[in-house]
Amino acid sequence: MKFGIQVNEGPYQHQSSDSAYQFTKAALEKGHEIFRVFFYHDGVNNASSLTIPPQDDRHIVDRWTALAKEHNLDLVVCIAAAQRRGMLDEKEAKRQGKNASNLAEGFRISGLGQLIEAGIQSERLVVFGD
Amino acid sequence: MEDEEVIKKFLYLNRKAPYGSIYALESLEVVLIGAAFDQNVSLAFIDDGVYQLKKDQSTDGIGMKNFSSTYRALGDYDVNKIYVDKDSMDERGLTIDDLMNLTYEDEDDDYAEKPSISILTSEKISALMEEQDVILSF
Repeated sequence: MKFGIQVNEGPYQHQSSDSAYQFTKAALEKGHEIFRVFFYHDGVNNASSLTIPPQDDRHIVDRWTALAKEHNLDLVVCIAAAQRRGMLDEKEAKRQGKNASNLAEGFRISGLGQLIEAGIQSERLVVFGD
Repeated sequence: MEDEEVIKKFLYLNRKAPYGSIYALESLEVVLIGAAFDQNVSLAFIDDGVYQLKKDQSTDGIGMKNFSSTYRALGDYDVNKIYVDKDSMDERGLTIDDLMNLTYEDEDDDYAEKPSISILTSEKISALMEEQDVILSF
């Protein structure tokens, strides 16, 4: 089965963020394909390279980065949702005249069309949110 | 493009009030971008989501952007299947007269102006969800 995943909630705030990761990991382990993981609403914060959880807790951002590296996952952060929440890649930070960027490795920033495309191309689009 | 050959039934399920959280606004942003993909699009409004279509919205007291006029533009984007859950309306004391008059021009009927909103029972909303390929829930 080819899945698209939509993550609508922020890390540590809401279990949706964890559930999306667990589902994606389990699906890959079962041999399913993940067409794309799309981060929307506060879900964009799952991609912040500035995230520093306590040492005895899971690292949600690094966990996605590692999973992406292992399975060549397409992790896409919505640009409109990202910009209003202060999430920028290097190129966009430069373009907007900001002095820092914070997009973690393994993620890329793109438009909402990527979500619609995931809906079209995947056999199931699974939404994790409130 | 490969995308152009596939037409799926997309339902945007709107469950939350227009203000108080950003879900309604960002849902509408997806609908507007998604309209460019020529898919078979429907919108459903249930629970507090029915307030998104309430007419005479004012955000003067809360300092937020009033985006309700954007719903009026949906008809121009060929988004004209808008379904509202009757039980959710009843529970909140709302009738169709409390909602914005959303319309579209039917190009198959000499561009006659027609209403976009239908009020459906919960059973009909369930059936609508059942027949979709993709449900984006906000």
